[in-house]
Amino acid sequence: MAASNAIDPIHQFEVHPLFSHEMSQVSFTNASLFMVIVSLAVTALMVMGTSRSSLVPSRIQAAAEMSYEFVAQTVRGTMGNDGMRFFPLVFSLFMFVVFSNMIGLIPYTFTVTSQIVVTFAFAALVIGTVLLYGIARHGMHFLHLFVPSGVPALLLPFIVMIEIISFLSRPISLSVRLFANMLAGHITLKVFGGFVSMMLATGGAAVALAPLPLAAIVMLTAFELLVAVLQAYVFAILTCVYLNDAIHPGH
Amino acid sequence: MATDVFPPFDTSHFGAQLVWLAITFGGLYFLMSRVALPRVERILENRQSTISGDLDKASAMQRQAEEAGKAYEKTLADAKAKAQALIQENAVALAAEADAKRKAVEADLNAKLNAAEAQISQMKSRAMANVDAIAADAATSIVKQLTGTTPDAGAIASAVAAAKA
Repeated sequence: MAASNAIDPIHQFEVHPLFSHEMSQVSFTNASLFMVIVSLAVTALMVMGTSRSSLVPSRIQAAAEMSYEFVAQTVRGTMGNDGMRFFPLVFSLFMFVVFSNMIGLIPYTFTVTSQIVVTFAFAALVIGTVLLYGIARHGMHFLHLFVPSGVPALLLPFIVMIEIISFLSRPISLSVRLFANMLAGHITLKVFGGFVSMMLATGGAAVALAPLPLAAIVMLTAFELLVAVLQAYVFAILTCVYLNDAIHPGH
Repeated sequence: MATDVFPPFDTSHFGAQLVWLAITFGGLYFLMSRVALPRVERILENRQSTISGDLDKASAMQRQAEEAGKAYEKTLADAKAKAQALIQENAVALAAEADAKRKAVEADLNAKLNAAEAQISQMKSRAMANVDAIAADAATSIVKQLTGTTPDAGAIASAVAAAKA
């Protein structure tokens, strides 16, 4: 296993403690390190970038303002002005995910969002917020979310069942989509990288063909940049759509 | 560490990941909601109000300039009207004065004319009176030359009067 580590596409997802050999519940792992890095990067952009609060923004302040306005538009567009109470949550989620995805694309880094437990924790946070806020604000009326109006009584049990199943599948689809995209992208990059080194090691005609997978890596990296931002956006907008159910239940 | 489990599904590190995720994401959420987002909102509001304030100021200044332009035009028109009125007034006054002078001169001339006419008629009547004496003298001397006698003065006078009539 150790010999094949260089081209083992799964190795990059391994989580191991940095300061001890025993894995405990609070071990500071490589994943923890990158969670801290991601949080610090977002903080650097949003807090330090805006520290001067100038009327004519610097480059970093303009980037911070653009991030703010982009997420604010998404939130307003899907939930209306009422949804701005969830703006900090959606903004933090979006920025955390997009920075995780982008930092993960740098070689030798760790992609926080390639861990199903992380994406599922985010999804559970979103669905938990939907449930808690929906019930706190609308009480039993929130359950109308599962009972669409204007459905024949005969079909109602089936419709309600389908609605409940679709609601329960939301956290799963939300978390698996992001996790799988990150995982698949990084495995693909690693596999193509492995092709290059294997072809070079084989020698002969394979050496001449080695630039082909290298070119593919370049294109895939560009594609992965798109996926990194797109998946963060998808995560944020689906979060908005689900939270919108908590604000305005009953379709 | 080399377990055969696919690393993302290895539950042994789930606890540690969740703990650190809670710490880091919780900290991030706190910083964003308490510090960063209100600050950006304030910046954007500040900019919006500055821009709209500047626009308001600019439009107020424009209105002021327009008012000044209107006032200038009004002053100009007033001055023009006043000048016109003054010209009119002067022309009327001058015409009246000239008329009065003309009338005075005319009256003067008429008076002089009348006086002259009176003098002429006076002189004429006086000359006519002299004509009788001259005619009588001439008749007397003519008669004396022709007849050698001095005619009666009364007869001469009546003859002159007859010739005059």
